[in-house]
This record gives sequence, C-alpha cells and structure tokens, in this order.
Amino acid sequence: MARGGRAAMSTPAPASVYRSGEGLGLWEHRGKVAAVGIGHSPTARRWDGKPANSVGGISLAALRGAIEDSGVDPADVDGLVMDPTTTTGAFWPQGKPLPWDAINAYERTDDPLDGITRLSAEWMLKNMPELTGVQFTRYGMGCMSSAICVAAQAVGDGRTHTCLVLKSWHNLEGRYYQGGANAGNAIPGSSAIRSLWGTPACFGTAVQFAEYCRKYGKSHDMMAPFIENSRNNGLKFPEGYWAQHRPEEITPEDYKAARWIAKPANLFDNDMPIMVSAAYLFTTAERARQLKQKPVYILNHASSRTRPRSLTPTLDEVEEDTARTARKIYEGAGITAADLSFENMYDGFALFHQFHIEGLGYRGIKFGEALDFYQTDISIGGPNPVSPSGGNIGCGRSRFWMHTDCIQQIQRRASSRQVTGVKPEVAVSGGPMPLGGNFTVWSSTPG
Amino acid sequence: MKQGVDPDDLTRPFWEAANEGRLVIQYCADCDRLQHPPGRTCHACGSGDTLQWRQVSGRGRIYNYGVVHDCPIRLLQEDQPFNAAVVTLEEDPGIQMYSHLPGTPVDEVPVGEAVEVVFEATANGQKVPEWRVAGAQR
Repeated sequence: MARGGRAAMSTPAPASVYRSGEGLGLWEHRGKVAAVGIGHSPTARRWDGKPANSVGGISLAALRGAIEDSGVDPADVDGLVMDPTTTTGAFWPQGKPLPWDAINAYERTDDPLDGITRLSAEWMLKNMPELTGVQFTRYGMGCMSSAICVAAQAVGDGRTHTCLVLKSWHNLEGRYYQGGANAGNAIPGSSAIRSLWGTPACFGTAVQFAEYCRKYGKSHDMMAPFIENSRNNGLKFPEGYWAQHRPEEITPEDYKAARWIAKPANLFDNDMPIMVSAAYLFTTAERARQLKQKPVYILNHASSRTRPRSLTPTLDEVEEDTARTARKIYEGAGITAADLSFENMYDGFALFHQFHIEGLGYRGIKFGEALDFYQTDISIGGPNPVSPSGGNIGCGRSRFWMHTDCIQQIQRRASSRQVTGVKPEVAVSGGPMPLGGNFTVWSSTPG
Repeated sequence: MKQGVDPDDLTRPFWEAANEGRLVIQYCADCDRLQHPPGRTCHACGSGDTLQWRQVSGRGRIYNYGVVHDCPIRLLQEDQPFNAAVVTLEEDPGIQMYSHLPGTPVDEVPVGEAVEVVFEATANGQKVPEWRVAGAQR
C-alpha cells in the first residue's frame, strides 16, 4: 500500500493469524516483538461536533502521540493495524444532515462518514501525510485486543517492522442502543429469535453471574471491592474518562444501592460509552532496543473462538473455555500462572472479570473463588493486584486500558497507578468476552 | 407488548409453526442434533444440506433468569421490570429459548421448574413461543 491518497482498501486479517488452537507450542516470535510507544486521545462522553474531536480527529492525535512517545521518525513507520468499526452502539441517525464541516475538515474517502462513525486505514493515511512509508495495513476486527494480535504477528512475520496499532471509539447523542430497530414496531425474524425479549447487552453476563452465585454460594454484594478497586485505579489513570471529567469514587454502599439494569447486573457493573482513541507502536525487539522507551516484549498472543451451543453461554461453557484460553496463553508464552506479576483481563462487564481470572488460575484461585479473593487486598499496593488499569469500569468503555496499563506498568511509568507490591515483569491482558477474545502476554524481558 | 416479527427466509418455518401453535427447532440430520438459533449451516458439521425443522414437545425447564429493569426495546419499556428467563428444552437441555415467563411474578422465578410452551401474539399479530410454569393457571 502506498501512502496518503493512494492507499488501497485494507482487509480484515485472516483467521489463521490468530492463535486460537490448543497445542501450538511456544509462539514462534516469542520475545521478538515489542511495544515501544503509547498515544492516547483525550476522552469525551459524546462527540461535540468539532472536527478535532471527531473519531478521525482523535485517532490522529493518538497515532501521533504513539509516534512521538516512541521517538520513531514517522517516515520509518511501515505498518498500520486498526479496527475500522468505531461505534459504541451509536450510529449516524437516518435522515440527519451529515456534519459537512467536520467531514470537509479532513481529506475524505468515498464514504462521507469515514472519520465520523467509522474509520478506514485509507482515511488515516490520507490524513497523515508524514507516514510516507506505510506498505502494510490490516484490520483487527472488534477491539484493540484483536488488533494487537494481528500487529504482533505481522511484525514477527516480517510483514512490517514498525507498526502502529489503533483502536478508536465514537459516541453520539442519545441513549445507548435505544434507537434504530429497537425503537421500531417490528424486527426481522432472525434477530427476533434473540431480541424479542428486550434483554440489554449485559443480560448474558448477568445470568452467567446468577448461575455462578447459585453454584458457589456467592452474592452480588461480594463484587463491591472489585468495583471500588477498579474505580480507584481508574482515577489514577490520567488518560481515562473518569479521571479527566468526573473524579468520583464508588463506595461499596454506592455500588450496592445502584439501580439494576438487568438484575443481577447493576449500573456500575456496566461500563459507560465514551469517545476515545489509543495507539501503540510495535517493532522488532532489535529495533526496540534502539528507541527511547523501555521495550515491553510480547511473549504470546492467544485467542478464543468458541461459540456457545445456543443463545447464551452457560457457566460450564464459560469455565471450560476460560481454562482452555489460559492453557493457550501460557503454552505459547512459555510461562505459568505463577509467573504473572499482575493481571489485566477485561471487565466490561464487571461481572465476568472473575471468569477470566479463575480461568487463568491467577494467584492459584480456582473456579468459584474469585469473589472471596476480591475480599482480600487486590490493590496496586498489595501482592495480588487485580485490574490495575481500572479497566472499563474505572476509565470508560474502550477495551484497551488494560493493554496500555500492562505496557506502562512494565515500563514503570504508570505514575500513581504503578504497582508497588510486586515487581512488574510479566502480565496478561485481553478480552473482551470469556468466550471469544484475544489475549496478550507482556514481559520486561524477551523471555 | 413484544415487537412484531417479520419472518425472513432463514426463520420462516419457525414463525409459521408458531402461528399454528407448534414449536419447531432446526435439526441436522447428519449430526442428529438440534440447533437454536437457526443458522444457514449446521454449527457442528458445517453442512447446509442436512438441516431440517423438527417439531419438539414444548416442554422444558427454567435454566436461569435475570430481571430486566432497563430495556432497550421501546415497546417493552412500559412493562419494566420483567423477568427474562433462559429455558432449556426437554429433548435437549443444550438448546435454549428466552421467555418472559408470563404468569410468574417478577423476580420470583423457580429455577429448575418445568415449563410448557404457549404462543403469544406480538405487535403485528405474529405469534411467538413463550413459556409458563407447568401447571400454572392460564
């Protein structure tokens, strides 16, 4: 692919890129790829209509931030991996005039909403003329977790040596998922099979959690320390929404009194859609050692592609797959649970974080034990940090705080969020769902 | 009131059967396996040629439930809060269907209890399978 203006259409990475099988052995590029730069845009609850704050505008800020942070010459960047989908559930309303001022503030593609409610590699390259050397673009669909896998594999395979990794989100006015088909009087038969009962997005996780509580004799109130810890950590994340706009703690009492969304999932078990973009710069281990930031080496990437048998995963399906995912994570990285300095698994929804860490066997916990573990010291100052990023609960919906945090913690530049009870050497992050996610193992050394 | 349903090619047999008071589930003859939601191909073997529709008994059990307080569907919002249960079929407990459990008080859902299918009209008259606790008064 050539630079700006002449960029060809990019395509999603093939399924073969993702390490979703068991028994694959050590990742062939273990320790040979490193993260060396981070860039974050400012956050906002919704787009204010200004061009610089559009999803395209904030993506430019994030990418340029990652380049500057790494100290790489923009002309040396030869790869871009990103997710073209940016919606948090908000779509440009049918019939609403297009925001031409914002559209025309940038170099356009054939799609006027490119840069507004979606984002192509073509748009990015047209608007970053300083990226004169990009010859590889690919889409990692869904979230940063998948883009990281695609980029890590591409650098390891030698398809790009200096690769930007981007994920951006837009959010518009209006309530989450309340428009479109949900406001209509009839829906297509295929979607009606699932949607007719009006279950909100958190419903599947809520009923898995209900099953978990019945099976193991736990209660929703036992989640309070996790929520309190997540928000506390998020308030120490200067790039996060809550730290920037609403520095509000969540006390256990706040949590227990919050309104239900789909009981047993309440307001604070759900994350809040925001506008935000983040970018990383990946390169080879050899090049990384010449750059200004301490390299954070990637020991493995692993994926789950398991589908539930029917409408929503059962607890048995969840536990079977999180254990399988952990085996893949550890095998490819050549580590065990005992090697983890901390964990940064996904939390949006909060009620499935325990599934992730029980599957990992983090600190030796077994199925049904995470909520008891939450009653112990899980803070960044203790020996067993849980979600030091604060995750989506602590920072707003992005699905990438955990990745940024792993890099920053291992580089020892997580500011007041820096873990102090453990040495930050090896960590795992990823998600989103317990069934169907992408995961990365980060390390202070190549292994 | 549930939204109406516009049957599409994939799911038309399911909805037509519901209008006739029958519950049918997609079935792969090669795998001897039910699947729901319906697909263009069998979720197990990947074949598209072996899929049929099979009538089932309309008996099941309540596997799990939540209570919806903040529903994204406009037509259902006036009914909040309401039960949303996961029902599994007697023929194959791996097959799930959702239900509002008409007749069951909110958040008083007897998990594990037997349920029977009933057919309820939606906003455009299309009927949809629903479930009542077995033996409960209609």
